[in-house]
Amino acid sequence: MSAHDTVYDGSSGEFVPPQELAAAATEPLLQVLGLQVEFHTRDGVAKVLNGVSYHVDAGETVAVLGESGSGKSVTAQAIMGILDTPPAFVTGGSVKFKGEELLTATAERRRMVRGEGIAMIFQDALSALNPVFTVGFQIAEQLRGRRGLSRAEAKKGAIELLEQVKIPNAAGRFGEYPHQFSGGMRQRAMIAMSLALDPEVLIADEPTTALDVTVQAQIMDLLAEIQRERNMGMVLITHDLGVVAEVADRIAVMYAGRIVESGDARSIYAEPGHPYTIALLESLPRLDLKGQQLNTIKGLPPNLTDIPPGCPFNPRCRMAQDICREQVPESVALADGRSSACHFAGELMQRA
Amino acid sequence: MGRYVLRRLLQLIPVFLGTTFIIYTLVWAIPSDPFAGKCGQRPCPPEYVAKMRADFNLDDNLFVQYVKYLGKLFTGDFGQTFSGVKVGTLIADAYPITIRLAVIALVIEGVIGLVAGVLTGLRKNGFLDNLVLVATLFLISLPVFFTGYVLKVGFGISVSSTAPLGDLIVPGFVLGSLSMAYVARLTRTSIAENRRADFVRTAIAKGLPGSRVVGVHLLRNSVIPVVTFLGTDLGALMGGAIVTEGVFNIHGIGGLVFINIQQQQGVVVTGVVTLLVLVYLAMSLIVDLLYAVLDPRIRYE
Amino acid sequence: MSDPAVVAADEPELEQIVTGKQDKPRSLGSDAWHELRRKPTFLISLILILIVVAMALFPGLFTHVSPTAADLNHARGGPSAQAWFGYDVQGSDVYARAIYGTRASLLVGVFATLGTVLIGGIVGIVAGFYGRWTDSLLARFADIFAGMPFVLGAIVIMLTLNAPGSNPGETRILSQVVFSIAVLSWPVAMRIMRAATLVAKQQDYVKAARGLGAGPLRIIFRHLLPNTVAPVMVYATIALGANIGAEATLAYLGIGLRPPVVSWGVMISDARDYVAAAPHILLFPAAFVSVTVLAFVMLGDAVRDAFDPKSR
Repeated sequence: MSAHDTVYDGSSGEFVPPQELAAAATEPLLQVLGLQVEFHTRDGVAKVLNGVSYHVDAGETVAVLGESGSGKSVTAQAIMGILDTPPAFVTGGSVKFKGEELLTATAERRRMVRGEGIAMIFQDALSALNPVFTVGFQIAEQLRGRRGLSRAEAKKGAIELLEQVKIPNAAGRFGEYPHQFSGGMRQRAMIAMSLALDPEVLIADEPTTALDVTVQAQIMDLLAEIQRERNMGMVLITHDLGVVAEVADRIAVMYAGRIVESGDARSIYAEPGHPYTIALLESLPRLDLKGQQLNTIKGLPPNLTDIPPGCPFNPRCRMAQDICREQVPESVALADGRSSACHFAGELMQRA
Repeated sequence: MGRYVLRRLLQLIPVFLGTTFIIYTLVWAIPSDPFAGKCGQRPCPPEYVAKMRADFNLDDNLFVQYVKYLGKLFTGDFGQTFSGVKVGTLIADAYPITIRLAVIALVIEGVIGLVAGVLTGLRKNGFLDNLVLVATLFLISLPVFFTGYVLKVGFGISVSSTAPLGDLIVPGFVLGSLSMAYVARLTRTSIAENRRADFVRTAIAKGLPGSRVVGVHLLRNSVIPVVTFLGTDLGALMGGAIVTEGVFNIHGIGGLVFINIQQQQGVVVTGVVTLLVLVYLAMSLIVDLLYAVLDPRIRYE
Repeated sequence: MSDPAVVAADEPELEQIVTGKQDKPRSLGSDAWHELRRKPTFLISLILILIVVAMALFPGLFTHVSPTAADLNHARGGPSAQAWFGYDVQGSDVYARAIYGTRASLLVGVFATLGTVLIGGIVGIVAGFYGRWTDSLLARFADIFAGMPFVLGAIVIMLTLNAPGSNPGETRILSQVVFSIAVLSWPVAMRIMRAATLVAKQQDYVKAARGLGAGPLRIIFRHLLPNTVAPVMVYATIALGANIGAEATLAYLGIGLRPPVVSWGVMISDARDYVAAAPHILLFPAAFVSVTVLAFVMLGDAVRDAFDPKSR
């Protein structure tokens, strides 16, 4: 595989929505185009990403929505360049940060982008933080290594960061270990760590999934506040539609390694343009429909080593027709810069 | 932390008593007359036997004997042999070279084992990995005396009891070879497991240089089980040195024990084994403390 | 997390893989077997072990020379067409003795391992299941034996059981060697069993069985044992190799099996003083020991890797 193959050349990503191509012309902060990733397993090749495209601009929050296994986290890891290779291989597409292609960049250049350009928050802060080092050390080491600060300066900087994420008694907690923090405090420390090098894009991979409901809201508020203050671009990976409604400017819905619908958050909630999005929204419990049967999505996501022909969602789709079982739907442009990869996207929108 | 240390310390006491009691019982239960042949061709005169039996408390029951022995031990007195040689002196003569041998073996197995383990753990299934895997298999399979003979003949080595450290390198390598294989495998497994850990991914995502990710974040977490193994291995190496000492003609504690068991000098055997048990227990205490230092989660349990 | 399907799919699909509800249902056992069959090290070690077992059961198949026939004219003769491995100090055929020595060596290995696993397994599962003070007590008890240096401990035991100069019978000395090895190495098996039990005890179905009022014996045999047996079996395979090596080491020190028993250890012990003059007397039995140990360790490695999805 030559380096050239990994860069998006306009033909490899067959599912690139029109508005992403349009966005690419104006160079957004972070742009993913037609990204393809395969996992080579004993049971065959799993096509985990089959042309993922989205972009983030400074100051906006894009929510990437989808079930477990839809490829949300893999996309994030491919952007960061932290996929385990093998088994994962990027086989096509492009990731551009401020116009610079990352997939073909040198390992050293990618490292410089990590933390400073794009930072990431992980789901489970307990396992994502190193258990044998103090929280303070783990924040300060970035400041010392990348900013060349002295030990004392780095400590001061780390304490300031801990204060920014509203950890009480930050100076005292600098020397404590991750297991001494509560779940919410640990996630705050994780956020402080991601902010250490003042990144322009923050990828939050299910930042609240492992937390109590009450703490979840606090963490989301904190993230939203920090994002506003620093005018960062934020990619929020989640399967929680409630979280999305609160903070997201735009939404990208993923299914089986593809973006099946994307667009403005408010308008997607109002009139979803893909049967999968509709099903997701209907599966939300609603107080006004109390007592009724909850609509759930029947079946399981497809086995990625053996994606069904046609639309990958067709076995679970209520409106599947013959064409859905034969032809992969292309992403079509809808009104207001939205797009949907469904053969019946137009009709859905009208119906709604 | 203080409570943790205290608890570990208290737990060592019954182990020490149990081990030494068993050894004492076994040694003094050797079912024949310990004075046979001690007085030349003739049987020993009864008054001599009576005096010796009184000196060694042989007429007390075993438990009382053991307690009396232990009491003397705490004052640093290992007792003396039937011929009046102080056991403390015998041990003091034999110990230094065995300790040196064991420490050299420990250093060799630690350094080579760790390096091999880290390199192979980072690149699993590569050429080097398979090479080390095969090498460790062979080290585990070859009996120590065999490796010893081969290297002894190969290097043409003989070692005197006042040997400089350099002369002990080959015997040390032989003694440590089996453990070296274990250390390499333990490190490899540990590194390979932690390499996929979330915190390593975080360290990479933070933009730390690869050397720091591996050298600080990965290594620190991976050495914990290895340090535990190395610590408790010192005692085992000293006890296991008997074979290596035999092959290379080193007059350490191995030889001392061997000769004295055959001469039924029970005091010497109990003394040596007691000391080895003490070394083992002390090392396991140090390992526990080190464990608490290396893994903060232990400290607060 | 090297299994890509797991990386890609997070928990729900992991569950499918583990419970086998996917398109191709596969249990851990059959998965492991599938993995093993393709491993060259597994096949090689299996063939070696089969040969060794055949030598132990039917030594007559491999040689027609008596292992005890001695002709001093041939003493220390080197390898030749008549005697592939040469002659030993007594002028006996080294090849024939090595073949006939297999049985005793293998017996010691098998029984010592059985003893180790039985003592260690029972103590370990009891300690892990009952926990609390039972666990502390048994753990300290195990420490007592773990702290005893192996070779020294074996020397003391063997010499206590046989006063110097006495001449115990074949069966007696064999069982003594087995006993010494088992008594000094069971704590390892105990720790493995205890750790596996502690993990298995936390499984929800074990808690459920307890909640439903199942008795301790039923829980241990029906629920815990099936989950803890794999790591102990892996240890046993490797220990079997190690114990064959231990037999040789004890014999080398002159405290293990002794003539008229023919074993690899005895041959090595006999060869000890003639290494310089006739290295082949030591070389061949040592090679038999090494190859056998190698086969068992390799087998244990292969089985462990196959059963441990993390190591893939």
